[in-house]
Amino acid sequence: MKRYHLEVRVKPRPGLLDPQGRAIQHALDSLGFAGTEDIRVGKVIDLALMAGSPDAAVELGREMCRKLLANPVTEDFQVTLMNGARPVEGAE
Amino acid sequence: MKVAVVTFPGSNCDYDCYKAMQLFPGIEPAFVWHREQDLGGVDAVVLPGGFAHGDYLRAGAIARFSPIMKSVSEFARHGGPVVGICNGFQILCESGLLPGALLRNDTLRFRSLDVHIRVESTRTMFTPRYREGQVIRMPIAHGEGSYYAAPETLAELEGEGRIVFRYVRRDGELGMGSNPNGSQHNIAGIISADGNVLGMMPHPERAVEEILGSSDGRGLFEALAAHRTGVAA
Repeated sequence: MKRYHLEVRVKPRPGLLDPQGRAIQHALDSLGFAGTEDIRVGKVIDLALMAGSPDAAVELGREMCRKLLANPVTEDFQVTLMNGARPVEGAE
Repeated sequence: MKVAVVTFPGSNCDYDCYKAMQLFPGIEPAFVWHREQDLGGVDAVVLPGGFAHGDYLRAGAIARFSPIMKSVSEFARHGGPVVGICNGFQILCESGLLPGALLRNDTLRFRSLDVHIRVESTRTMFTPRYREGQVIRMPIAHGEGSYYAAPETLAELEGEGRIVFRYVRRDGELGMGSNPNGSQHNIAGIISADGNVLGMMPHPERAVEEILGSSDGRGLFEALAAHRTGVAA
């Protein structure tokens, strides 16, 4: 067992109205950042866990997303392994 | 009938529900703490409003895993009446007992005001005391009440007459000014396919006496008091 560090990103599904993103876009517009589009606000969850392998760590992260961290009706998620040189990803 | 009012850490309408139900002969409310495993032989369950577990992560997402929810799901699966109000509706959606999800209000504001809702279906165990199309008034108080479901789910809800309450204007019409939170199809309340699980954002327990500004919520509790399912848990 090794300690792995995961970054979980949870985002509203494409096509789903994201009023926060829209409000931010309006604010950026009024600050003069013209031409911004499709701003979506999600969350990032950092977590450390013990697992047998990098793949197992990512799979555990995905399982956590399916069960709790993301709502399958409204959100997509992406799990990224942060240890090591090359990130291992698993998205849904 | 004995009705459980489930209290989660952060529930804040549990006493309102308890007190409201005491007004109705035939209903004996009982608090059940979320850590309990057992509902204690009740005939119906109310999941009250509030901010269970601080609404952390998503409203209802953590409450759904409270120990009592296993019994609530079991009770619902056997046909027991379950009503989720506000946060209770969010918990029912998160737990999969009702379809869809409740998103941040499109106004991005916490909306606390009296709204008008139209009774779309009186053929449920909770709404026989109302008239089809009746416009009733009760408060809402939520930040995440914008009902969302995938198009096929929405079509199913519409087709099966499972949208029980819709936000309307005072004149009973949809359109400009009727929708306080951006809910799809102006949905304020829906019912499960089996007809025994009701979720609604407005607060009927805060509309049971004229001194509260409205007594339009009484019909729901009167129906509950009169209901006999024979399912107890």
